[in-house]
Amino acid sequence: MIRSLLLATALCLSAPTLAKTVTVAPGADAQERLQEALILAEPGDVVQLGAGRFDLVDGLSLDVDRVTIRGAGMDQTVLNFAGQLGAGEGLLVTSDHVVLRDFAIEDSKGDGIKSKGADDIVYYKIRVEWTRGPHAENGAYAIYPVESRNVLVDSVITIGSSDAGIYVGQSENIIVRNSVARYNVAGIEIENSIGADVYNNIAVNNTGGILVFDLPDIPKQGGRNVRVFDNLVIDNNTPNFAPAGNIVAEVPTGMGVMVMSHYEVEVFGNRLAENGTGNILIVSYSKEQNDPKYNPKPIGVRVFDNIHGRAGYKPAFPGGEQLKAAFGGAIPPIIEDGTGESILIGDDVAVLSMGLTAPGQPLTEAKPVPVAGASEPFDGRQLKPIILPEAMEAATR
Amino acid sequence: MRLLLSVCAVLALAFSAGARAPEPVADAVILSDDLPRVLSDYRFFQDAAGWQPNERVVPYRLNMPLFSDYAEKYRFVYVPPGQQAKTKGDGLLEFPVGSALIKSFGYEQDGKPRLLETRVLLHRADGWLALPYVWNEAQTEAVLKVAGARIPVTFTDPSGRQHAIDYGVPNKNQCKECHALSGAVTPIGPKARNLTRDGQLAEFARLGLIDREPVVDYRVPLWGEASAPLNDRARGYLDVNCAHCHNINGSASNSGLFLTYEETMPVRIGINKRPVAAGRGSGTHDFDIAPGDPDGSILIYRLDSLEPGISMPEVGRTVVHAEGVELLRAWIAGMNRKN
Repeated sequence: MIRSLLLATALCLSAPTLAKTVTVAPGADAQERLQEALILAEPGDVVQLGAGRFDLVDGLSLDVDRVTIRGAGMDQTVLNFAGQLGAGEGLLVTSDHVVLRDFAIEDSKGDGIKSKGADDIVYYKIRVEWTRGPHAENGAYAIYPVESRNVLVDSVITIGSSDAGIYVGQSENIIVRNSVARYNVAGIEIENSIGADVYNNIAVNNTGGILVFDLPDIPKQGGRNVRVFDNLVIDNNTPNFAPAGNIVAEVPTGMGVMVMSHYEVEVFGNRLAENGTGNILIVSYSKEQNDPKYNPKPIGVRVFDNIHGRAGYKPAFPGGEQLKAAFGGAIPPIIEDGTGESILIGDDVAVLSMGLTAPGQPLTEAKPVPVAGASEPFDGRQLKPIILPEAMEAATR
Repeated sequence: MRLLLSVCAVLALAFSAGARAPEPVADAVILSDDLPRVLSDYRFFQDAAGWQPNERVVPYRLNMPLFSDYAEKYRFVYVPPGQQAKTKGDGLLEFPVGSALIKSFGYEQDGKPRLLETRVLLHRADGWLALPYVWNEAQTEAVLKVAGARIPVTFTDPSGRQHAIDYGVPNKNQCKECHALSGAVTPIGPKARNLTRDGQLAEFARLGLIDREPVVDYRVPLWGEASAPLNDRARGYLDVNCAHCHNINGSASNSGLFLTYEETMPVRIGINKRPVAAGRGSGTHDFDIAPGDPDGSILIYRLDSLEPGISMPEVGRTVVHAEGVELLRAWIAGMNRKN
């Protein structure tokens, strides 16, 4: 008896700060109650959201490390922002080691969930949706981690973003997997980031399925080391509904995977079909820019082991229809602009090169030529898998 | 027994009311780990209504104030006894631990100023902390609202326009959104270059609030100082209203749009710069600033909007600052189109 008492005392003393679970239910004053819970949470706490619909009138934010926000399921707990009066997103996270899981964000006025400078962040079984479907006035990004190290996006669903459903920008060490992106302009986009694995996702009915971009005049540049593999990228033919001025407004409707001005990208093991413009597009950044640090070309892109279905039957770029006629009804499923360096295509399909010689050269000067695909398949795998801290993986179990 | 206690309490109250010197600012409250529940806990003011500053609580004014829905703002600074803020050229005054910045917001209602909220910025041992306090109906007490609030208010702006708005009191995190540099809270307003009006810095030095009167090289013009160069007024406006987020260590660092007074690269202040993550905030325009074309500039589009997701700044504005937009329009219109 005495021994067990001692043991219990020792346990109490050795326990770290007592993590607690704070439960917040939907209902009146949801905004103040939930925001207060997020502000008063302490590291280690779980903020448990009840089932039902929370009607919110302002953006929410979390700035405490090691907090989990957990709902009753992505269809059971809904944070609704249709009545939002301010803020640039539904939920903003600015602290580290945060886990977001099992809830939905609907109809936020700006982005859905933004996490900025939030290292080791986990998004798991989250749904972000604009319920009216594709619309130019929907928010830009559904899931928006930026300037962060160690990002895990797993088993999320995004619908209706006027830019990208899952957008990871200016970050390092990233995994996006097991997720669904539908009816966004870009399904999944990795931008100006270093080290990302994008796999086991379904990108369907977007304008473009999966984009890997590096852009100028952004603090973090030199996007590199991105692997896009084992995804289903199908029927991405939703007319581009992005507001003009944004780079994704340039994405041709009917695009599967698009790589723009990036170092070291591997695209393999994907199933790509029914993408009207093309299954895979590899191009330079073509707009005028004067950023001395910027590389506009795709350099070191390896494409292999993909399974191609029908593509190129509705090419949505200037001159596309003539090309289609010249090719007898459909252009090749893989298109390069011709400016890239060390582009290796291992898929056994036809490839179209636009024959441009420098980034920024107008498409009117293109000299399109068909290029044969690989004569024999090869394994172009050179990049190492992304490994995240075990605690992040554990948060999804 | 209870009677005796309350008699004592009444006597104590009478004594304090009759005393000449009020109780000083509560340094221990500023420095504690707590979130004080009411503004009066700090004793920044001698009166319950928050108008009469206590000893060492010094009112000040900025050359170019941040626009806050045309609210009147009343600013005070407190530096603990025996200490001074250090000056650093044109830049932010460096306040010692134990200091506080206090800012009350209100509108004239029925001919009298009426306070809505008072924000305090406390310099504690582990850094700065920003907290919002909301005034009660009777204007006798301001209570901490960490989650912020929306307060319906009707007012007339300086040019005579009527507005009915849901005034937004920022929550504690939103305070930090603007007041963060590399993730830590910092003051924004009291930079020497923005404190030069009416010999204010000399007065601060005379009071011993700062170590010496700094030499200011590039002061920010006064708001509405027509004789100041248009470029200085526009850059001053952007510095004060935008640059606390739009700088390389601020909340908008990822945008690449840096609007600090010191920035010299045209593309960084938005000239011919394409948006990064603007979404519908682009308003279908290609550039943040299209030289010579205010109507084609994203910056004007977003300052002219009230739509969340489009309007800038993201926090603290529910009406358009017509005079500010006009200033920036004139500035952009005057730029050479082939810049």
